[in-house]
Amino acid sequence: MTATEIGSARRRSEDARLVTGRTRWTDNIAPAGTLHVAFLRSPHAHARIERVDTSGARGRPNVVAVFSGADLADEQGSLPCAWVVTDDMKHPEHPPMAVREVRYVGEPVACVVARDRTAAVDALEEIDVDYAPLPAVVDMDAAVADGADLVHGDLGTNESYTWVFENGDLDAAMRDAPVVLERRYVQQRLIPTAMEPRSVVCVPEGDEFTLYSATQIPHILRLMLATVTGVPEHRLRVVAPDVGGGFGSKLQVYGEEVLALLLARRLGRPVKWTESRSEGNMTVHHGRDQIQRLTLAAEADGRIRGLKVDLLADMGAYLMLVTPGIPLLGAFMFNGIYKMDAYSFTCTGVFTTKTPTDAYRGAGRPEATYAIERLMDELAAELGLDPIEVRRRNWIRHEEFPYDTIAGLTYDSGNYEAATEQALRLLEYDKLRAEQADRRDRRDPVQLGIGVSTFTEMCGLAPSRVLGSLSYGAGGWEHASVRMLPSGKVEVVTGSSAHGQGHETAWAQIAADRLGVPFDDVKVLHGDTAVSPKGMDTYGSRSLAVGGVALYSACDKVVEKAKKVAAHLLEASEDDIEFTGGRFGVRGVPDSGTTIQEVATAAFAAHDLPDGVEPSLDSDATFDPDNFSFPHGTHLCAAEVDTETGMVKIRKYVAVDDVGKVVNPLIVEGQVHGGLAQGIAQALFEEAVYDADGNLTTTTMADYLIPSAADLPEFVTDRTETPATSNPLGVKGVGEAGTIASTPAVVNAIVDALRPFGVSDVPMPCTPERVWRALRGESARDTAEPGAGGGLGSIGGAR
Amino acid sequence: MPRIRVEVDGATYEDDVEPRLLLVHYLRERLGKVGTPVGCDTTNCGACTVLLDGLSVKSCSVLAVQADGRDVTTIEGLGAGGPHPLQRAFHEEHGLQCGYCTPGMIIAALDLLRENPDPSDAEIREGLEGNLCRCTGYQNIVRSVRRAAGDMRRPAQEQEAAS
Ligand code: FES
Ligand code: FES
Repeated sequence: MTATEIGSARRRSEDARLVTGRTRWTDNIAPAGTLHVAFLRSPHAHARIERVDTSGARGRPNVVAVFSGADLADEQGSLPCAWVVTDDMKHPEHPPMAVREVRYVGEPVACVVARDRTAAVDALEEIDVDYAPLPAVVDMDAAVADGADLVHGDLGTNESYTWVFENGDLDAAMRDAPVVLERRYVQQRLIPTAMEPRSVVCVPEGDEFTLYSATQIPHILRLMLATVTGVPEHRLRVVAPDVGGGFGSKLQVYGEEVLALLLARRLGRPVKWTESRSEGNMTVHHGRDQIQRLTLAAEADGRIRGLKVDLLADMGAYLMLVTPGIPLLGAFMFNGIYKMDAYSFTCTGVFTTKTPTDAYRGAGRPEATYAIERLMDELAAELGLDPIEVRRRNWIRHEEFPYDTIAGLTYDSGNYEAATEQALRLLEYDKLRAEQADRRDRRDPVQLGIGVSTFTEMCGLAPSRVLGSLSYGAGGWEHASVRMLPSGKVEVVTGSSAHGQGHETAWAQIAADRLGVPFDDVKVLHGDTAVSPKGMDTYGSRSLAVGGVALYSACDKVVEKAKKVAAHLLEASEDDIEFTGGRFGVRGVPDSGTTIQEVATAAFAAHDLPDGVEPSLDSDATFDPDNFSFPHGTHLCAAEVDTETGMVKIRKYVAVDDVGKVVNPLIVEGQVHGGLAQGIAQALFEEAVYDADGNLTTTTMADYLIPSAADLPEFVTDRTETPATSNPLGVKGVGEAGTIASTPAVVNAIVDALRPFGVSDVPMPCTPERVWRALRGESARDTAEPGAGGGLGSIGGAR
Repeated sequence: MPRIRVEVDGATYEDDVEPRLLLVHYLRERLGKVGTPVGCDTTNCGACTVLLDGLSVKSCSVLAVQADGRDVTTIEGLGAGGPHPLQRAFHEEHGLQCGYCTPGMIIAALDLLRENPDPSDAEIREGLEGNLCRCTGYQNIVRSVRRAAGDMRRPAQEQEAAS
């Protein structure tokens, strides 16, 4: 029962409360006397605030207080950006509520605090604001052109920074190259859309505060809130209760969190705010939004010489917690799994009058993977090679690991051959290629395309020294403690708390295995700075690869200490003590022994401990990885494209992922499914659309189309297991892999189907209208209307 | 303010409510039935799905006054006498991750199985079209419903076999 926990598909312990509605979402928390906040938000993309008159709202029934940004100007501070990527990065002030100017639709300008939420919302209508509209800055190319209207007039430019990485002699690589491909791809803007809206409750108690928030980052949030508001860190407790999904969007310090704390401090009462979906779509940070200009040079046999990447990355109106760093995570990944002689990466961060961007599942790496995997298909088409073959000629071979890449990383392990062979088999690649040829011959109106994505990502963010070298404001270690209670039961504390990833189960599996105790004897605690004082939180597929490893070492430390105690109790030398299945025995004395639970009891009683051993059986560990981990895999998508209607139907999707050692295959598979859904959604469905005046036209779930069960296919998933060598557990991380790999696989499939018609690209999302236009040689009109081209219902997805 | 009398998960409640109060807010804020969450304000996500007189409704699209004299079952009432086969199946098939969509999914699936006790996968997918999940990619939700369908049919078949 013990000793096999790691690797077992154990059902999740967190489910018991989640399937019965006994959940603790932040919005379920309402201490007596709670006041409710509602925000008045800017209807303009860009305007000067001439006057805010809150007097009408103050007199409304049940209204307790009303504040404009100016009212709080002295204390509200500026929201933090922890990733200053260059010394001269432009970093504008970012007040939680706008004071003089608004710069995106949805930016808060005033708030009402009332006895109930309805009263607060009603009173918003009584606030008068005079705006003097200023020019909206929507398009990135226009934003960096000479004479562009400025988002922040005082900065004199819309460019926040330019960040460059170069390795190898790119000029030489490009010079006389037999093949040179130039492409421009757009990563459309996405809205992360966790199902749980954001919510925050702040409870004051004298000069101390407990702040509950639907956040991925209770620890970082506490530090940042302390910095912004001046409430000392040790007088502030942050709790992330059950959190209903994040996907990066809750890796943030939001203005509403700062204001909840300020208002609770001012009013001395608990203060609560929960967003509506439509204000969420405007104000949760968005993801992606890049224009990529790429040049790839290759030999006639398909071997890559060099790659040049020029990015414009939309920051939106302000820099949020890690906004500038997101595209840089892609800098290390544009080369994918391929060898090349030269590489150059330039990224310009651009301000626009739109919602700020930041991390969304994959964060920088999906954008990079999309570019290189699309380019690999273009290269194959250019040379008349099979897309698998062109990849084989370029990828790092199994025997070449560890491998120093052109982008400056060391890939520790991988086996691209194995994952690819497996995926080809599962798809029945040759059979589908034959069918494709047949459909082409028959001029079938429904064409078949096969899309390939052989990818890697870097995750387990991150070695602290690497973060330091990239000027990120903190380290990337993670912390765990293990406490064996006097009764022999175990409490595990982790700094990395979950929002759907099943930590309570996986962490208990690790502890049960290492300590040799039953799974049910382990309780995992997380998400509360009072309970779990140290941590770097949950993002970037780091939880298991960093936090899980910290737990692994903490368990080993406990066993080491227990061994000393056991030796003492058994009157044996420590060297003669063996530990298996939770039992300490003396080598060669079969009937002797004591359990780890008995040792815990003895360590608690402390009547007879060896010299120098402190009472109680517990330990802490912190793990700071010395390298990233590099999950990889091969995803194949077979898609049918109706050339008459533009409809795309995914016929078969195969994902073979290598995430190293697997702790819980059930959870891993679930993470892959969810990731695939989000990556496929980028390829086919989702886009945050702004009109020319900077109005977001996809503010609701009716306009911003996330796929339903009817829009997605069954996935065929499998895996290979090449353990990471950069951590003792051999784990890599899985949360983002599906998203990163699937977007290019789907678009490659669509383009593959349409190549005989001269189509070499379809911009994302590949709606029926865009596919249809591409077939007619029209460059897709950049649709200003949400869901133009039919929307999900008429796409029919992959039914 | 109109007075309503509602049976929720087996208990009767009488309350004065504002005419504009939505059922979901009545359940959550007045009755403390917070097991039913809210995911949107446009009736698109299905997170708030409950049974009203045995039929699934999105409780954000029903006024509390419309529930007057009627019977409401929420996720909290569903598992009252031990886990329902759907609750068990979602657990067994890993049909949830963050769990935010789960109460609505389970209630919607219950209604689906009432109408069609032996649905195909495609029918399950279509039947759950009004319930959005951002975490699971739906595959395991479909599996969960399929499994529960089998579990829920079984007693009936066994009864038939016995008679
Ligand atoms: S909250 Fe009712 S459908 Fe979304
Ligand atoms: S499990 Fe998270 S939304 Fe469905």
